[in-house]
Amino acid sequence: MLRVITQFETFFGRRRAGMTSEAKHLEVVLDTHVESVNLAEEMCLRVAEAVGFNEDECYRIGMSVREGVINAFHYGNQEKPEKKIHLVVDLTREKMIIHVMDEGKGFRLEDVPDPLAEENLLSTSGRGIFLMRTFMDEFDVVSGRTGGAEIIMSKKIPAAGSPSSNGNGGASNTAPQQEA
Amino acid sequence: MAVLYATIREVDVITIVDLSGRISLGEGSALLRKTVRDLLENGQTKILLNLGDVNYIDSSGIGELVSGFTAVRSRDGQLKLLNLTKKVHDLLQITKLFTVFEVYSDEGTAVESFR
Repeated sequence: MLRVITQFETFFGRRRAGMTSEAKHLEVVLDTHVESVNLAEEMCLRVAEAVGFNEDECYRIGMSVREGVINAFHYGNQEKPEKKIHLVVDLTREKMIIHVMDEGKGFRLEDVPDPLAEENLLSTSGRGIFLMRTFMDEFDVVSGRTGGAEIIMSKKIPAAGSPSSNGNGGASNTAPQQEA
Repeated sequence: MAVLYATIREVDVITIVDLSGRISLGEGSALLRKTVRDLLENGQTKILLNLGDVNYIDSSGIGELVSGFTAVRSRDGQLKLLNLTKKVHDLLQITKLFTVFEVYSDEGTAVESFR
């Protein structure tokens, strides 16, 4: 089902301890399968919770990851099981950055129809990109190193005590703690 | 991840579908599609989807709601929504689908609207 490049427990463990300032990198290769959508969402939700995003922000991040992987599964890889979906999470002091890469032909953002246009309101598809753009702070699509599209989206990590924080982590906790 | 459950009941000639769980890619969307298609095949064209216990919808689920809406409308029927949770309400608002669906927060009023 998946291949994890970076050890997940290390990723969580260091973050929870709040003792590191360097960026963290998690890379997962997923099968082109419906269940990969849930798996990717759950993994990113765990990271988002661990770094301190509150429930609403976690919902938005989870939904965006879900939509990114659905896009790779359905449109990018055309649901072909021999192709893979590449999920990367980069954690810096400031941001949680998520990359979703497929092995399709790629696409240009400007070619994606606006789902809010009157003539598209009754369309049964085409809202995923819009939701990712709406729910994340930054969003872009580029040509990926896997040959297909690469969705890049990020959200600013909340400072501890801010309304976006759940109290578990937050940007201010990333600095080494000083003993009394 | 929780799946979707659907329970069907009748109030006069109106079919109320009580849904609970997630309407998302996979089983959830498929169950909603089958439920609406089965009702249409049975000639039931006045459908009220009670989403009071639906805590999550993704773009696939939204697409399935729209698909159900257009399928029912093509049979000269009506598909309306009841009891949206905040997340679902917000999702329909940002996707402008509030301008498409009739949405109710009271079952009696919703049932009356079909008459």
